[in-house]
Amino acid sequence: MTSIPDFNLSCPFPIENYPQVLMAHGGGGKLMHQLIGKMFLPAFGNPMLDSQHDASVFEAGGQRLAFTTDSYVVRPLFFPGGDLGSLAVHGTVNDLAMAGARPLYLSAAFIIEEGLPMETLWKIVASMQQAAQQAGVQIITGDTKVVDKGKGDSLFINTAGIGILDHPLKITPASVRPGDAVLVSGDLGRHGMAVMAVREGLAFESAIESDSAPLADLVLQLLRAGIEVHCLRDITRGGLTSVLNEISEASSLTLQVEETLIPVREDVRAACELLGLDPFQVACEGRFAAFVPERETERALAIMRAHPHGIGASRIGSVSDQRPPRVLLKSAIGARRILDMSSGEQLPRIC
Amino acid sequence: MKYLDEYRDAAGSHKLAREIARITTRPWSIMETCGGQTHAIIKFGIDELLPKNITLIHGPGCPVCVTPLELIDRALAIAAQPGVIFCSFGDMLRVPGSNRDLLSVKAGGGDVRIVYSPLDAVKLAEQNPGKAVVFFGVGFETTAPATAMAVYQAARKGLKNFFLLASHVLVPPAMEAILRSPDRRVQGFLAAGHVCAVMGWEEYIPIAAKYHVPIVVTGFEPLDILQGVLMCVRQLESGRAEVENQYSRAVRREGNRPAQQIVGEVFQVTPRKWRGIGEIPQSGLGLREAYAAFDAERKFGLGDLRVEEPSECLSGLVLQGRIKPHECPAFGARCTPEHPLGATMVSSEGTCAAYYRYRPHP
Repeated sequence: MTSIPDFNLSCPFPIENYPQVLMAHGGGGKLMHQLIGKMFLPAFGNPMLDSQHDASVFEAGGQRLAFTTDSYVVRPLFFPGGDLGSLAVHGTVNDLAMAGARPLYLSAAFIIEEGLPMETLWKIVASMQQAAQQAGVQIITGDTKVVDKGKGDSLFINTAGIGILDHPLKITPASVRPGDAVLVSGDLGRHGMAVMAVREGLAFESAIESDSAPLADLVLQLLRAGIEVHCLRDITRGGLTSVLNEISEASSLTLQVEETLIPVREDVRAACELLGLDPFQVACEGRFAAFVPERETERALAIMRAHPHGIGASRIGSVSDQRPPRVLLKSAIGARRILDMSSGEQLPRIC
Repeated sequence: MKYLDEYRDAAGSHKLAREIARITTRPWSIMETCGGQTHAIIKFGIDELLPKNITLIHGPGCPVCVTPLELIDRALAIAAQPGVIFCSFGDMLRVPGSNRDLLSVKAGGGDVRIVYSPLDAVKLAEQNPGKAVVFFGVGFETTAPATAMAVYQAARKGLKNFFLLASHVLVPPAMEAILRSPDRRVQGFLAAGHVCAVMGWEEYIPIAAKYHVPIVVTGFEPLDILQGVLMCVRQLESGRAEVENQYSRAVRREGNRPAQQIVGEVFQVTPRKWRGIGEIPQSGLGLREAYAAFDAERKFGLGDLRVEEPSECLSGLVLQGRIKPHECPAFGARCTPEHPLGATMVSSEGTCAAYYRYRPHP
């Protein structure tokens, strides 16, 4: 038997704390970041992975390319404003867009549970095809696996994507500078509340529809207009709070945002109030945060607002070098507090 | 948002804060009883608007936090059993028992489900006749009517597989326990608006008189809380000790009679142990004999669980308002929401959770 030197066989994750994986380890909050930081990064570590961006950028044949992957396990498969298929395209396209890449090709892998109605699978596939066409990408390779009844939850999809960078900018957290403005591309929290409302059978006056959308076109318009984009991050699991904390940590800078400037639709706010959830921690699937120099704010907002997926774009705050680096929120009544990342899933409250 | 934005108005908040500062002539300590109020205070930074000589003491009003450890351990033991569907409100799931929480039981294969209403658990019992469906009924007077209704419905439907693990507690006895403590610092109370929406406020009149303490029934938004503080300070400054109602848009003097009736039908008042505080006489609700068949503790007969609180956790002192979370040496260091020593660090209404989430910490 050959031994592998320098390979630590003991689990790097403190087993006494978490002998088992919990749902919170995939919730986009602190536990997920711990899992990535303590298990995946040390195991696979390399400079590109360590940058922890939505997509990794590398050079090949004199071209800068971006590469990313994501798995989609949402329940229910169909929700107001989207479905698993459209989500599997939008999510991966958006990760490429956040590196400033023009998405080119996707792969699609299906893990199907025995017994899934063909009709359902067809609806999902048709929706993927439509979403890919809309996003200007082609699905050029794939895989199909079927697992025993009870061994999968009807359908899981993994997509990977590759894109090309047509500009010289370095769009990463490390490029964020004091004095940058923090922008968001639209109202927050709709995807998470749309899915939760269907999943939990909560009937609101009118259905909240998901914000799921491909963002590459909007991002490319910003880049083509010559906006000096420092960093982009799509707002998914963990919501705005996770995004801001990730960027603050990675850039070692303080982000100050104002509660009254952050767009959240009325029905989403009401649903969050009712359930005791924080809309700033609820997932989106068609929104991103952008960090641009303050002088570019008005021009960037004008471009975003002219695009169907950026109508509600707003400036929500700014970046400073105040120490220690953290995320500060000016509350609705004018007091200041920190905006901390949640530990895992948000749990509905008692009363 | 209607009915919310008008109570979160910056100009109105500052105006009330200025009025409080204007009439305050000496230091006063006021306790907000409800965890929802504590969170609003820390989240919006209401305490930062108040003059230095007004101290807000955070009270024991987080039902998750005061649920005794042995009951959590009981819940964990029941939830781990095969053939059981264990239903709970969401924020109970991360509360640490002696050595794990409900989320870990779920990860280990236990059928643990989040419900939004106790009646959802009754529905589950109907849909799963082969399983024992247990609802973890936690809360103050606010949620007791819904729990009572679930038991009442289960009885009417003749369900034999619905059980209640009851941990409902009552606010007035806890207020009295705090007022009787030898090092009492509390000079006035903001009573919990939603508890009073159910129970009314007549039961606070004898407490205000006996301990000569002003009690103001108060809501949960910044303007509510500031107005409640103002009304309380006005009483303190003029030497009055009365029950007043700030939250008149939701609370009537007599409360919600039908809700009280269903609680009275199903529950009786019992002594109850409060986590971190100890036993308080006549402070809990237990099932009446007529509904004893629905009692999960009887059904699962777990005997006498003896457990020790982690000695490092000072949540008892926090719950009684005797220390602030950051005065606990474990706070933010060995006790975080990911590795909580006590329930106050994880519940959505827990005081330690509020300080950890909204205030800078080590």
